[in-house]
Amino acid sequence: MKAFLPLFIGLVTAGLVAMAWVESGGLALHEMRSAGTPQEAVEALVTDIQSRNWDRAYARLANSNDFEKQAFIRDLAGSSGSLRTYSSLESFKVWPVEAGADDATMRVRLNWSSAVGPLDDVRDLEVKKEGNVWKVVWPKPQFAKVPPQVIPVNYLRWDVIGRGPTDDWGVQNVDNPNVRITSMNAVERPDRVVIVGEVVNEDTVPAYVNVNATLLNSDSKPMDQEGSFDMISHTLLPRQVSPYRIDFPGFHLQQVKSVRMDVKAMLVPASADPVIAVTDQKMDKDPLGKNVLRGALVNQSGQTVNIAQVLADYYDANGRVIWVSDGYVDQALEPQVAVPFAVDVPDDVASKIHNYHVLVNHYSIHEGS
Amino acid sequence: MLRLTACLLLLMRLAAFGEVHPPAQVTAGKGFSISTTGSGDASFYLISPGHVAKREVKLGQDIPVDASVVKKAGRYLAIACGSGGCNSAAFYVMAAEPDKVSFFLHPSRVRVKSNDAINATAFVFDQFYNLVLTPVTVDFKVIPKTGPPIDRPIKSNLGVAWMRVASTPKQGPVKVIAEVGKASEPRVIQQVASDACNLRIKATRTAKAVLIETDPLRDCSGNAIPDGTIVSFTEIDGKGKTTVDVPIKKGIARTQLPVNGRAKISVASGVVIGNEISLGGGL
Repeated sequence: MKAFLPLFIGLVTAGLVAMAWVESGGLALHEMRSAGTPQEAVEALVTDIQSRNWDRAYARLANSNDFEKQAFIRDLAGSSGSLRTYSSLESFKVWPVEAGADDATMRVRLNWSSAVGPLDDVRDLEVKKEGNVWKVVWPKPQFAKVPPQVIPVNYLRWDVIGRGPTDDWGVQNVDNPNVRITSMNAVERPDRVVIVGEVVNEDTVPAYVNVNATLLNSDSKPMDQEGSFDMISHTLLPRQVSPYRIDFPGFHLQQVKSVRMDVKAMLVPASADPVIAVTDQKMDKDPLGKNVLRGALVNQSGQTVNIAQVLADYYDANGRVIWVSDGYVDQALEPQVAVPFAVDVPDDVASKIHNYHVLVNHYSIHEGS
Repeated sequence: MLRLTACLLLLMRLAAFGEVHPPAQVTAGKGFSISTTGSGDASFYLISPGHVAKREVKLGQDIPVDASVVKKAGRYLAIACGSGGCNSAAFYVMAAEPDKVSFFLHPSRVRVKSNDAINATAFVFDQFYNLVLTPVTVDFKVIPKTGPPIDRPIKSNLGVAWMRVASTPKQGPVKVIAEVGKASEPRVIQQVASDACNLRIKATRTAKAVLIETDPLRDCSGNAIPDGTIVSFTEIDGKGKTTVDVPIKKGIARTQLPVNGRAKISVASGVVIGNEISLGGGL
């Protein structure tokens, strides 16, 4: 009985010490020190990024003295209302590219889930051995800074006043814009039929455009109807051309006798601002060896574009549209700053591409368009 | 109403007595009298497209019908029912003189020099909004901003008169008026420029880039292409391709593009392709 009390006090003390060790980051330190391989170091870092434990993730870096934690957070969590700020890291995969005794290069594929679907981000990370522990050398985040300036914006804006509910029958209204499908091509893919083409606004006013297609079978009866959804630039300014793509999953071209196309256009208020240039476009391969169309977006206006979507249509040697692909850019487009993009191109299509046309859809929080 | 009519018609078969004799044709909004034969008291029913009226009358006397009861054009049925049974007669109320015109003009925007592009349709009504089915002349007047007005009288057919007319070569508002008697309905249509003609660009070197701008953009009739119309510039150099869609501002589209070495720059607007210029290196 005499021995019970000291034993009890000793156990409680040990427990409290253990709790204090965990609270003071001892466990994290232990985990960090237990990164005995480059693979473990990157996995531990990305796990912390996934749980948004920025303090611990930042502490895992070999070069945390080179930049501030806020820059590291901004690099991963996004800023300025970009798509990344509405995303979360769903999963990741790490594999080695090069491995040495004291340093290694690891490739990590980050799968972000966002409001517009999954986004992939592939990065090559350098990993260094410090003592017995491997640590990641995070690429120093580079954020272009726009010098203070005044950018005059005096592009057109169109507003619409329609017929009122109290107006008499026969009172004139403003007509919907004239839009026209200039090309259409049905493409067979392994798991689907895809309708691709281009539509042009032939009017002098902006148009909100939607393209629908109906597959007809050998009896000329409809099999399925689908719309272009987000694979089109819905708001077309006068004489602007947009690619469109309509997918019919589960169908094959041999089932289809013809396709009925339907384009609908509405007169909507719109602004000719911002103007976004698409620079340095070229066909390339990504780190995984997939074909991509690369380039950079430059917002030539003075207001931040929060979310940008790149739409690209590809032509064969006869000038026929053979594919349309898209990709969302997870960075905001700050004025005058080039933001890189890459959109996937299927391997079998890439070999036939003779030319391409890129268009940018933009969404700004303050404009809603 | 149909049930009531059927019942009354059934009653009428039971006995023939005093007859009603309305005029064969009546003009909407004008009072008239229906003569009757026989004697004694009777109930008089007037069934019209819009309503049914009943009142007590004396057979053998004229039954006055107020103008307010016959505003709707169409087939009317006059029925007199007395102790001996019912009798009836149908008559038609025709639309009154043309007084109003409903005018549809399509489209609200039209490209210049387009054949049969303007469609004007007028519906002729009397003051009670009855469609005037008798042929009347609708006078269509097309008054462009510049140039002589066009006068086109068209006879209506079953209350409708229509015409097609080509747009003129000059852009701007065109007033189209449909006139019938004192009724006049004006509409305005906008004639807009057609596709760009002779789309040409020129390039000027600046410190860091090349300033590319179009000549003032006009269609083949000399109309200025409206501001806001998109012009697409494409530049291909050693680093790849650069494209930018630029809206026309003050009649000209311009942009600045970085150029690396030799470059080819082309321009397009909608389905119209312009010239291509080549730049040597040295920037």
